Amino acid sequence: MNGTGVAVVGVAESDLGVTDQPILGLQTQAITRALDDAGLALRDVDGLATTGISRFSATQLADWLGIQPKWTDSTFAGGSAYEMYVARAAQAIRAGQAETVLVSFASNQRSARSRSLGGVVEAHTPEAQFETPYAPLYPLSYYAMAAQRYLHEFGATRDQLAEIAVAAREWALLNPKAFRYGAGPLTVEDVLASPMISSPLTTADCCLVTDGGGAVVLTSSERARDLRRTPVEVLGYGERTTNTSMTAVDDLTLTGAVGSSADALVRAGLSISDIDVIEVYDSFTITVALTLEALGVCGRGEALDFIQDGRIRPGGQLPLNTNGGGLSYCHPGQYGVLLLVEAVRQLRGECGPRQVAGARTALAHGTGGILSTHATVILGVDR
Amino acid sequence: MKAPSVPPADVVTAGWWDATREHRLTVQRCVECSGVQHPPRSLCIHCGRTDTLRFDTAAGTGVVDSFTVVYRSPVPDTDVPYVIARVRLDEGVICLTRLENAEPDAWRIGDRVAVDWVELDDGRALPVFVPAPR
Repeated sequence: MNGTGVAVVGVAESDLGVTDQPILGLQTQAITRALDDAGLALRDVDGLATTGISRFSATQLADWLGIQPKWTDSTFAGGSAYEMYVARAAQAIRAGQAETVLVSFASNQRSARSRSLGGVVEAHTPEAQFETPYAPLYPLSYYAMAAQRYLHEFGATRDQLAEIAVAAREWALLNPKAFRYGAGPLTVEDVLASPMISSPLTTADCCLVTDGGGAVVLTSSERARDLRRTPVEVLGYGERTTNTSMTAVDDLTLTGAVGSSADALVRAGLSISDIDVIEVYDSFTITVALTLEALGVCGRGEALDFIQDGRIRPGGQLPLNTNGGGLSYCHPGQYGVLLLVEAVRQLRGECGPRQVAGARTALAHGTGGILSTHATVILGVDR
Repeated sequence: MKAPSVPPADVVTAGWWDATREHRLTVQRCVECSGVQHPPRSLCIHCGRTDTLRFDTAAGTGVVDSFTVVYRSPVPDTDVPYVIARVRLDEGVICLTRLENAEPDAWRIGDRVAVDWVELDDGRALPVFVPAPR
């Protein structure tokens, strides 16, 4: 197991669900709570990485916090951005450009009703001329076409796909912060009977739309040893960028997660079977099937057979999306930061009834856009 | 489908849209490396050249790579359901489009399709696909 010499020393969520907070209010909650968790103060922060606030997101946040960071990043890559930020933060810290980096995101999309079924269309892009006129749902229709192709190519069924949403709910029932905590179990029949939006995906195949946010504090592993929490070492990272259009990728069932995760595992000196907990972006049920195969957890076309018999449910052999995921816990858009928060908590052993016993390694995989961007982070604790 | 609003062409895409006025579907081809691409760009993604691209008339036929039946439209006053698809043209490129002239539930991946046209208000036309004549 190799380390990068950089560790996560603090994590936190903002309030989640329906908050009636502005975006920067939620950012403040996540940031101050993550710094408290680390035992650090705002004056210790000299690097900021965020997006989703405004056109100048990191700059806006620096102004809001009243700091003048030495290093910022606002790479806009949807839900994978936060895994990318961890990689860039690790590099910046190693290079001596920053000592303590804050990675954060928050959205009030449910309270503000700011999400649109068609996504955000920029009139100067090729997609505005060649795709938007047909009125696809964005991003849903792309994932739906990936699902349709997947079921066709591998002879799988919607029932099998529904297991991903069912398992996510089982985990959410163990997480008091989950939006669906207390909602009771979800069945395969419930998923199939939910309103169809973009076939073969129903509303229950789609992630939630909620407010929420999170923050992650990183510093050198050396400094981390003097801080309050068990340092969670960044072991590896990798990323791929593949498409903005719905037509650039030749095979809808093969994603950039293949290369992204392979790079991360090589850097960490680990193989996928060494990973104890996996947190992947479950924007839709199909995203999880495609990502598990890309990570090498199982072979191509095998994911839906592989996950049956409770394998990804609590107590199963493959602990996956242990907070309940975007499907049942929280999905503020750009959910990637919350994958990191849960991975770190699992490695610190703080997850109560949903804790994966003895977890020493975790993988977080963010996906952005329409399977457009992929970034993997591998984390570990020494114990 | 009803004629949607489509942004105006630009210097890169004008040749493609102009051809639609006479119901000609085109694909951009590089005369140097023979690579084809869609949508139109100002460089060839296969060889990187910038002055070797032309619009070739396509056969107007292809196969359904995948599709989805949409039940909730992002555009107000749009009749649902409708079918969004990726069609792989016989020239090799993939286009996003609508599938028309068949019941939404009747479509299958691998179906052969042929181009049809939706007239736009400004004289251009938008390609959609229908079942290929047997």
